[in-house]
Formats: sequence, structure tokens, C-alpha cells
Amino acid sequence: MTLNTQTFYELMRAQGTSRRSFLKFCSLTAAALGLEPAYANSIAYAMETKPRLPVLWMHGLECTCCSESFIRSGNPLSSDVILKMISLDYDDTLMAAAGEQAEAILDEIPKKYPGEYILAVEGNPPLNEDGMYCIVGGQPFVEKLKAVAANAKAVIAWGACASWGCVQAARPNPTNAVPIDKVITDKPIIKVPGCPPIAEVMTGVISYILTFNKLPELDSRGRPVMFYGQRIHDKCYRRPHFDAGEFVQSWDDEGARAGYCLYKMGCKGPTTYNACSTIRWNGGVSFPIQAGHGCIGCSEDNFWDNGPFYKRLSYVGAGLGVEATADEIGLIGAAAAGAGVAVHAGLSAVKQYNRKKPEPPVAPKGDQS
Amino acid sequence: MDAQVTPPPEVTAPVYVYELPVRLWHWITALAITMLAITGFLIGNPAWPLITGEPYNHYIMGDIRFIHFTAGYVLAIGMLVRIYWAFAGNTYAREIFIPHVWKREWRSSFFRTIRWYLLIEPETAKEVGHNPLAQLAMFTMFLLGVLFQIVTGFALYGEGTGPGSWANIVFSSWVIPAFSSSQDVHTWHHLGMWYLVIFVMIHVYMAIREDIMSRQTIISTMINGWRFFKDNRP
Repeated sequence: MTLNTQTFYELMRAQGTSRRSFLKFCSLTAAALGLEPAYANSIAYAMETKPRLPVLWMHGLECTCCSESFIRSGNPLSSDVILKMISLDYDDTLMAAAGEQAEAILDEIPKKYPGEYILAVEGNPPLNEDGMYCIVGGQPFVEKLKAVAANAKAVIAWGACASWGCVQAARPNPTNAVPIDKVITDKPIIKVPGCPPIAEVMTGVISYILTFNKLPELDSRGRPVMFYGQRIHDKCYRRPHFDAGEFVQSWDDEGARAGYCLYKMGCKGPTTYNACSTIRWNGGVSFPIQAGHGCIGCSEDNFWDNGPFYKRLSYVGAGLGVEATADEIGLIGAAAAGAGVAVHAGLSAVKQYNRKKPEPPVAPKGDQS
Repeated sequence: MDAQVTPPPEVTAPVYVYELPVRLWHWITALAITMLAITGFLIGNPAWPLITGEPYNHYIMGDIRFIHFTAGYVLAIGMLVRIYWAFAGNTYAREIFIPHVWKREWRSSFFRTIRWYLLIEPETAKEVGHNPLAQLAMFTMFLLGVLFQIVTGFALYGEGTGPGSWANIVFSSWVIPAFSSSQDVHTWHHLGMWYLVIFVMIHVYMAIREDIMSRQTIISTMINGWRFFKDNRP
């Protein structure tokens, strides 16, 4: 833990990085965060003066796709983040220590740096059977999570699991898996949803916290506005085809080959808040829509229950075993109403015809005023 | 003519029920809902076949969405004016907002109307405004349905206009989380449309049927404002 007193800059210089390269790194980080160039100085200042940020990275019910994404960050490089900017003291996937040595760190850090460390959570806790569906180091994950969160400065919810619940919380959610904000209620939580989140978004969030010593601006649902302020649809490079009404009708048709809008193929870009259409993936190489497949909405709450992936309208009533969209259900309802109207109209016509026959009209019952 | 009881004059004399703002609002809203349903269905199901060529040559989806948003504003502003008129207008202007379900005579009249629609009752009461069943349908199907569509509709609209826009601040910021995701709001907005389509079907049918079979004018009342009664009996 002695490394924690060393600053990022000192560490970089010790490793032979020139000051020029260091400043370049700060400028690139500022650009990745969407900040104006002047902020490069703030980042440089923070890296020169602030001790590295202790981070504990816990794993609950998850698939490790968040970690897989994170280690592929191109700018800043995840190796820079892990080894230099932060002090990643616990991450059971990446750390060298194992067993009791590793678990001891989870007790040690909160005591040593109370209120100073960041807790990053990948995955979520199941609550049924007292949390027995997820045991880490012989203890239910939910209990460990609460204990480690108690002294944290802030909590980062990595991915759709920690933010919303994701696949293990999809219907019928047999283990009662819940997003972490259901069990950690007294700490600032920053949600970084996605399945997985974009690598540069993950490292960008950490860089921001380190640089400014505060959480980035969050929206009403706890997501950083700088990355989740707009829908994929809003900045999609295929958006002109959407407005024109040029839609792919089937896979591999002329429109698909020409790169038209995938709206009718079920693209969830119009309902998904994420930065895929701007930052893109794998160092900005591509993203699903660019590869010709619609967005599945993986950074949205409930996205597993809002299928199918290849239809524009979601199925309603999956819990009842019904597979029908709102429009299909609506058409059935309207048809039933139409049939009801027709039958009633027929019966009414008969009544009206019979009513006209008797000469003295039937006296009203007279119970009304 | 040969009625035994002399009818009270206020029952048989024509009554000015729907004032001009209410009638104008009715027909503007009818047009707006028609446009909204057609364009809304097309936004969810762009049914046309493949269109090719440079996107700057077409603006089909853009035009459909523009009509939808404009008609949405017309519907919402109309509803605001109509709510104002519930306070400013005559007693019949308040009927669809507050059905008097707590009153005994309202309930007995309500069940009589149900018997009338079930073809059991030989004749309806004379209704100056809406009959109780119609009041309830106006409240639960029309009013709640339209308000639901306005709230969810502007929440979806605010997603497009972005953070900081009025629709985003007033509606999107809490409606989207309340439904858990934008896609869920879309689904409910579609179901809301069908709810209103079913309302319109029943509403139009009932207006025509009652115009023929009840004891007062219905359709012409929404044109000239006056309720005429067809007989002199009480």
C-alpha cells in the first residue's frame, strides 16, 4: 500500500515517461472526457499532486464482460489507469493475490482509507435465500458489498447488472437479483450501464473522478451526462436514412447493403442512452449499427424483457406467455370492440323497429326525475 | 301530446349545452386524434417498401413525425384550454371531468342507462348533458386516456429535443424512469393509442345510436350547441 502516497506523475517519470508524453496524455484524456483544452492543465495538475485513488473492484452476479471491456481501453490505456492513475487494490479477476490474502484486502482498505476509496461494483447481489445464490470467499456477496460500501467515498456501478439488474434480473428473476442501488442507499452511486459499457467510458469516468476529485455530472438516473446524455439514435451516422424513411426491410436486401436505417429490423438506438455512436468500440473502430446489426439496447433498464431484438415494437405480457406487440394486442382489442358495436347495433335496430310498431308509446317507468 | 302529466318546461325546451369553445375543441381534438393515430401507427410500423436513393431526396419519416408532433401540441394545448373552460364555462362543461359517482341519483340513473344499453329498459331518461355511463366513459376512457398520451407523448418528444428542453425537463426526466426505460414508454404509448381508438369507435357508434334511439338530439348538439328533445313526456 505504500504506492498510494506516490502521485501518478511521479510514477510515470519513474517509469521513464517524458514530461512531454505526460502532457500529451493529459490532453488526450481531456479530449476523451469531452472537456475543453484548458482542462488538460487541470488534469496534469491533479496527476502531479494527488495521490493515486484506492479502488476496490468487487464482482457479484456477472459475466465479467465489463472487465473484458475495461482492459481494452485505448485512451486512456487501461494499463495506465490500473497501474498509474488508481491503485487497484482488489479485483479478484485481475489481482495476483488469491484466497485469504486477497480477501484480507477487503477488510484492510476500508480501515486504512475510510471515506477515501472508490468501490467499483461489477454485477449485482441476489437477495433470495439470504443472498445464498452468490457466495464470494465464503460469504454472501450482498453482505460483503454492504460492508465494503459502508466506508467508501463513492460507488461506481459497472454495467447493466450493477446499474439495472440485467439478465439475472430479467423475468422471472428467480434469485431476486437487484441493482446495487437497492442495497447501497447512503452513498453516491454513479451508474455506467451497458453490457458491457464502452471501455473509454469506464476509464473516462475514473479519470474524471481522479482529476476533479468529484463525480461527473449525473442525470436523473445516476448516469454521467457526458456519456449518457443522448440516445444512440441522436448521433447515429445512419440517422439521415431514418428521417428519409429509408429502412432496411430484410437482412441482406439492397438497403442493408447500402447501410440504411435498421429501425424496422428492431434497432433499439432510438430508445438507448449510450455513447456508442460517438465514441464507438475497440478504439473507435466500429459499433453494432456500423457493423450492420441493430442496437439491442444493452445499456437500458429492462432490456432483456423488451425483446425481441429484431422487432421495432416490444412484446407485451411476456410474463403471461403472450408474444404480441402493443399493436397486435390493440388490433385484437379494436376488432373485439368493432364486433361488439356491430352486434349491439343489430340488436338496437331490431328494438327500434319493434318499438315503432305499437301506436301508444310505452309509458316510461317514472322512477327518474 | 296526450301526456297525462304536464311536463316541466325546462325538460322539453331546448337547452344550450355545448358552448362554442367546447364545440370547437371537440372537433379540433377529433381531428388531432385522427392524425395522431394514423401517424403514430406509421411511426411504429413504417409499412412502406424499400425506398432507395440519397437520403436528402426524401423526408418521409421526418414529415410523419412532424405531423405527429404538431397534432400532439394541438391536442395538448386544446386540452389545457378545455380544462380552463371547465372552470369558465357552464355546468355541462364540467361533466366529463367529475362524474358524480357519489350521488345516489347519479348511480340509479347510471344503472338505468346500463339497462337501456342492454336493451332491457324500454326508454331512457331525458338527458340534458351526458348520461351517467357516458360521463364515466368520457372520464376513464377519453380524459384519462388523452392525459396519459399527452404525458407519455411529450416524455418521448423530450428525448428527441434533448436535455434542457422544456419537454425533457417537465416530462422525460420523471416519466422515463417511472416506466424504467424509453422502450417501455413507447410500448405503453402504443397501448394508449389503441385504448383511444377503441374509445372513438364506441363513442361514434353511441352518438349515432343515441341520436336515433334516445329522446334528445346528440350529433347536431355538438354542431349548434343546442339540445332538442323529441317528446313532451317527462
